[in-house]
Amino acid sequence: MIMLTKIINWLDERLGLRAIYNVTLDRKVPKVNWWFTLGSASLFLFIIQAVTGIFLTVYYVPSPDHAYDSIQYIMTGVSYGWLIRGLHHWGASLMVIVVFIHMLRTFFYAAYKFPRELTWLTGVVLLLTTLGMGFSGYLLPWNQRAYWATTVGTQIAGTAPVIGPLILSVLRGGTDLSAVTLARFYAVHIWFLPAVIVLMIGVHMYMIIRLGISHIPEKDE
Amino acid sequence: MQKSHHLSRNEFVKITVGALGAVIAGVIGIPAVAYLLSPALKNQALDAWVPLGPLDIYPVGEPTMFTFIRTKVNGWEKTVYSYGVYVYRKNETEVMVFSNVCTHLACRVTFQDDTREYDCPCHDAQFDIEGNILAGPPPRPMDRYETKVEEGLLSIRLLEG
Repeated sequence: MIMLTKIINWLDERLGLRAIYNVTLDRKVPKVNWWFTLGSASLFLFIIQAVTGIFLTVYYVPSPDHAYDSIQYIMTGVSYGWLIRGLHHWGASLMVIVVFIHMLRTFFYAAYKFPRELTWLTGVVLLLTTLGMGFSGYLLPWNQRAYWATTVGTQIAGTAPVIGPLILSVLRGGTDLSAVTLARFYAVHIWFLPAVIVLMIGVHMYMIIRLGISHIPEKDE
Repeated sequence: MQKSHHLSRNEFVKITVGALGAVIAGVIGIPAVAYLLSPALKNQALDAWVPLGPLDIYPVGEPTMFTFIRTKVNGWEKTVYSYGVYVYRKNETEVMVFSNVCTHLACRVTFQDDTREYDCPCHDAQFDIEGNILAGPPPRPMDRYETKVEEGLLSIRLLEG
C-alpha cells in the first residue's frame, strides 16, 4: 500500500495525475437527476463498441466471398466470438437509443443555450455519426437483410433532388451494391467515422469540463 | 463528521464503482483473451495413412518425387496444402519415404541427380540419399514417414499437430 502510494506520488509529480483527476472527475455539479447520466452512458457504450469492434476485425473479412463465412466463424468457431459480436450488435442499438435520449434531455432542459452552443453542435455531429455507424455497420454481415437494407437505404439517399444520383453512386462506389460498397462501408465504419467521433467526443468533453453542466431550469426561467 | 467504522457515502461509491469496473473488465477481458487465442489452441492434429500407389512404380535406387494435396478448413476458408515426398527404394524390399521439407527452416529440398544428394536452396543444407546431414545448418536429418506395404501398395503415415 505504501509502495503503491509512492509510485502514484512519483508519477503524479511528473504527470500531474491528481490535477487531471480533480479537474475532470471532481467537478462541482448542480442538483441533477438520472437523466443526466446519459452522456456518461453514451461514452461508456462508445468505448464498448470500440473495444468489441477492434476485436471483431481480428476475424472479420470485408469481402463478399468471405464476409458472411467469417462472421459464421466468429459465431461458432472462435471462443466467446458470440459474446464479442453480441455485445457489438446489441450495444449498437443501445447506443443509438441512449444518444438520442441524451439529445432529448439536453433539448427539454434547454441545456444547449449560451454558453453551451458548441457542446450542442458537437453533440449533433455525434448523433449523426452514431447513426452513420449504425448504417455502415448494418451492411457488414453481408446477409440478405444487410444487403437489401443497404440497397434501400442508398436508394433513399439517391432520391435527393439534383445530386441524388451522385450521392447514390458515391455511397455504392458505382451503380450497384458490390464488393466496392462493402469495402468502403467497412472503411467508413472502422476508420472515418470513429476518427470523427473521437475528435468530437474530445471537444464535447472539453466543453463539459470547462463549463460544467447546466442545472435543471426553474419554473420562472 | 463522526468517526465510525461505517462507510461514508463517498467511500461506498468509490468501492462500488471500482468493484463494478473490475467485474466488467473481467467479464470482457477474460473472454477477449480466449477469443484471440482460440484458433491457436484449436486441436488440428492429423493422423492419416496416405496411399502412394503400387510399390513397383518406384525405381530401385532412385529417389522419386510423389506429390499429393490435402484440404484443411482454416477459419472461414478451405485451404489446399500440397505435400512432396521422396520415395527411395534402397533395394527390392527396403523403402524409405522422406518429406521434402527441410528440417532447418522449412524450405523445400530437391534431389540432385549429379551429386546424389538433397540440396536446400535457402541455406545450402545438404543431405545424403538416406536423409543424413552432409553439410549446412539443419538440426536433424530429413524427416521420414512411417511406411507400410499392403498387397503391393505403398502407404505413408501422415502425422501432424
